[in-house]
Amino acid sequence: MTTLTEGARRASSVRDGAVPTRVRRRPAAWWGLTPFALYVVLFLVVPCAIALGTGFVSSDGAPTLSGLAALGDPVVLRAFGSSALVSGVTAVVGALVGAVVCWGLTALRPDGVVRSLIDSAASVLAQFGGVMLAFAFTATIGIQGVVTQLLLTRAGVDIFAGGVWFYQVPGLLLPYAYFQVPLMVIVFMPAVTGLKPQWQEAVATLGGTARQHLFRVVVPVLAPAFVGSLLLLFANAFSSYATAAALISQGSQIVPLQIRAALVSETVLGREGVAGVLALGMVVVMVVLMTLYSLLQRRTERWQR
Amino acid sequence: MIQKRYLATAATLTALALALTGCSAEADADTAAGGVDAATATSAEELGGMDALVEAAQAEGELNVIALPDTWANYGEIIDAFEAEYDITVSSDSPDVSSAEEITAAKNLAGQDTAPDVFDLGSAVALANVDQFAPYKVTTWDDIPDDYKDADGAWVHDYTGLMSIGYDADAVPEPTSLDDLLGADFSGKVAVNGDPTQAGAAAAAVQWAALQDGGSADDVQAGIDFFGELADAGNFLPTDPTPATIASGETPVVFDWSYNNLAAAADAGGRDWKTAVLPGTALASYYNQAINVDAPHPAAARLWQEFIMSDEAQNLYLAAGAYPVRMAAMTEAGTVDQDALAAVGEQPADTVQLTSEQTEAASALLASTWASTIG
Amino acid sequence: MTGRSTVARRAALVVVGAVFAVPILAMVAFSLRSADGTGHDLGHWRAIVDPENERAYRNLVEGVTNSLVLAGASAALVLVLLVPAVVLVHLRYPRLVRPLEFVSLVPITVPAIVLVVGLAPVYSVVARVAGSGAWTLALAYGVTVLPYAYRAIQADLASTDLRTLAEASRTLGSGWLRTMALVVVPSLRRGLLAAAFITVAVVLGEYTIASLLNRVNLQTALVQVSRSDPFAAVIFALLALLFAFVLLVVVGRVGSIGTARPVLPGRDRARRSRTAPRKALS
Repeated sequence: MTTLTEGARRASSVRDGAVPTRVRRRPAAWWGLTPFALYVVLFLVVPCAIALGTGFVSSDGAPTLSGLAALGDPVVLRAFGSSALVSGVTAVVGALVGAVVCWGLTALRPDGVVRSLIDSAASVLAQFGGVMLAFAFTATIGIQGVVTQLLLTRAGVDIFAGGVWFYQVPGLLLPYAYFQVPLMVIVFMPAVTGLKPQWQEAVATLGGTARQHLFRVVVPVLAPAFVGSLLLLFANAFSSYATAAALISQGSQIVPLQIRAALVSETVLGREGVAGVLALGMVVVMVVLMTLYSLLQRRTERWQR
Repeated sequence: MIQKRYLATAATLTALALALTGCSAEADADTAAGGVDAATATSAEELGGMDALVEAAQAEGELNVIALPDTWANYGEIIDAFEAEYDITVSSDSPDVSSAEEITAAKNLAGQDTAPDVFDLGSAVALANVDQFAPYKVTTWDDIPDDYKDADGAWVHDYTGLMSIGYDADAVPEPTSLDDLLGADFSGKVAVNGDPTQAGAAAAAVQWAALQDGGSADDVQAGIDFFGELADAGNFLPTDPTPATIASGETPVVFDWSYNNLAAAADAGGRDWKTAVLPGTALASYYNQAINVDAPHPAAARLWQEFIMSDEAQNLYLAAGAYPVRMAAMTEAGTVDQDALAAVGEQPADTVQLTSEQTEAASALLASTWASTIG
Repeated sequence: MTGRSTVARRAALVVVGAVFAVPILAMVAFSLRSADGTGHDLGHWRAIVDPENERAYRNLVEGVTNSLVLAGASAALVLVLLVPAVVLVHLRYPRLVRPLEFVSLVPITVPAIVLVVGLAPVYSVVARVAGSGAWTLALAYGVTVLPYAYRAIQADLASTDLRTLAEASRTLGSGWLRTMALVVVPSLRRGLLAAAFITVAVVLGEYTIASLLNRVNLQTALVQVSRSDPFAAVIFALLALLFAFVLLVVVGRVGSIGTARPVLPGRDRARRSRTAPRKALS
């Protein structure tokens, strides 16, 4: 299809008369691209460069590599570890539960009301959550939360008997899982709907069982999509800030909170360079994850054509 | 033809750009015309006396303040009093930000008329950002001891409190010493106002614990160790106390400045909130007033400074439980609000305030060991 | 698909749905708690509209207003800047498609918390040129919503044979501007609408950049209110979630109006182009 219309375009441009048409087209076309390119440079490229560059500039403006030493600080390393732990756990939980939900969604009519409501709910929870999810979980299992109080009064169970874990890293697991599962549904569903029923029929025709269909057809086809989605979930949790900022008011146990502390602390001053170095660390992790994701995405798309 | 379209669009864009810069230039010209004197005046006399200052400020008509919660050292009433007396609208932005964020906001909004005019900063941030301040000496300058002000007038102490323990008398017994807090009565109940590696009030709580527990102003490790013991006992609550958490009973015990704990009693939703300043060494830490060198309303900013240092505002600080910087001079002159003083009590004799070097050392120690001790 | 497996799948959905409903229901129950802690009543809901509490909620009202302005400005920015670029690249400069896709992935790779470290100096320049009004934050938000808006537009583009339509229009003598206005935009209506609504939803929920640049928007106002009145915060959070949900349901249903019915019912693959605009990341 591409070559046909390419040919038609070339033919039509020749028909209209070569030089004047081309001169007339280029400025108009570039009017569409230049503003966008300018905008992206000003508000994406420049801030990125500044953010990553502040780590390499000392407080008096001279370039230096000593800022990178901050990445070796045990506090920072522990923050990266906690970030990775939270992201990993919630990515796995989100991927598994999300895959189950995707499987469940195949039982619904694709253009039905229920399916569209679930899709919208998934969009809202996955992208819109942040601060509001923090409030939702404070209202549920915070110290004064509905579920906490119910368990205390009705079942005599004090979930905070061993210490209040809700305002620390363990308290992040539930809210994060809450937005990871919808994100998995959004990202993984196209792959699941790409499973053609003809494949099941073909396996049956060739004398295979449902188990064989599952393990020899479904799993290999869905594996790249599943792993890719898992990576995306990990990246999403790793870079998430709003929920943690709203829930954790003391301590900077994960990397985004470390960046916050470096920017707003009033007791430990002059650490904006550390924010830049932390940003660099985060971006390195994210680049690795997103590259792997893109590679897997290309393999996934093969089955969705 | 194309060239015409190009020219037309280019002309429109240039006109737009000029209009925009024209607008902002106009705004600058306005403040410049009225405030050329006010922006560089270092005292009321230079402007031609207090009346001239009041006039210039009222001509500006507005004042932007930042990081002044209504319940912090009675700022709600101080702002109301200022508005009522001088008929200047005070716009109180971002009440919950830290001192460092005040400076960041001033830098981010430089040149805009929403930039903060005046600051109320912790000493560490004040000393690190003297370039951001416009020097100004209030009429009551001589009442203030030399240690409490910058020689050129860049900053001046305004008030201090004592580090104290606020507690819900119905939920916990009165703590008479730090060790009481390690007991079973206080399980999961003790909070500090902020993160000591980020907030000045919380760092002061650790410093006070050090002074009470065998450490010194030079070495706050004893304070960090105490909170480590508190965490091991399961008594430490790592969350910020807010009026909401105090009223709901989530944070029954709070380490905070005396003026904050006293103010919390009014907002405590019916709980019997008491404030205890433990016997032994007391810790004070003065906050600092400063004027933004890029203040959009320079005359109003200077008038605010005069007002803060006036008897009226200083007594309002005292009414909230904060000791004003001119306390000694006012006691001599007899202008102190006696009822407020009686309610709050005299400032203890052995009050310690950390010097800037000691504060820096304490912050460095906190930055390296707090997270692992509590964690 | 056997009947038994369908029952199992629906059961799985119900179970997960129930678990996910718990926090939402808890928010509702929390907001209905009476002031003295026992029983339930509408006291907190009534307090929101009580004029006496106006001063306490002033910041929240400012936050809501700013967020709505920002949502509109960001949607306008996306539609004016991004759409021509995407259309032009797909129609005229196919070699730029991969770079454009890469650019749309950058805001995910460089998350908001990292971007904001570098945005502060940019914004001091912006403040000098364009003032520090609430809408200036839209310039940063346009970048944040780039991945979602791009996916929405591109998915619709892929399922519309825009190339032929544009060629037809050009052959008949229209310039690019007329083609864009009279041919491209109406054909891409679903994608544009989806992009606009996704932008609104993301902007309403954005917290990171606003809070670290000291701006007031809905989320920062919610956090501030929660310090003094957690009930108001929970109520507004509920309302905001509901609003975004309704918005996205509408865009989902609008997106399915006027699409051709697939040849064989039950073939999900044929319907993918219809549901794609609602998927933010696929």
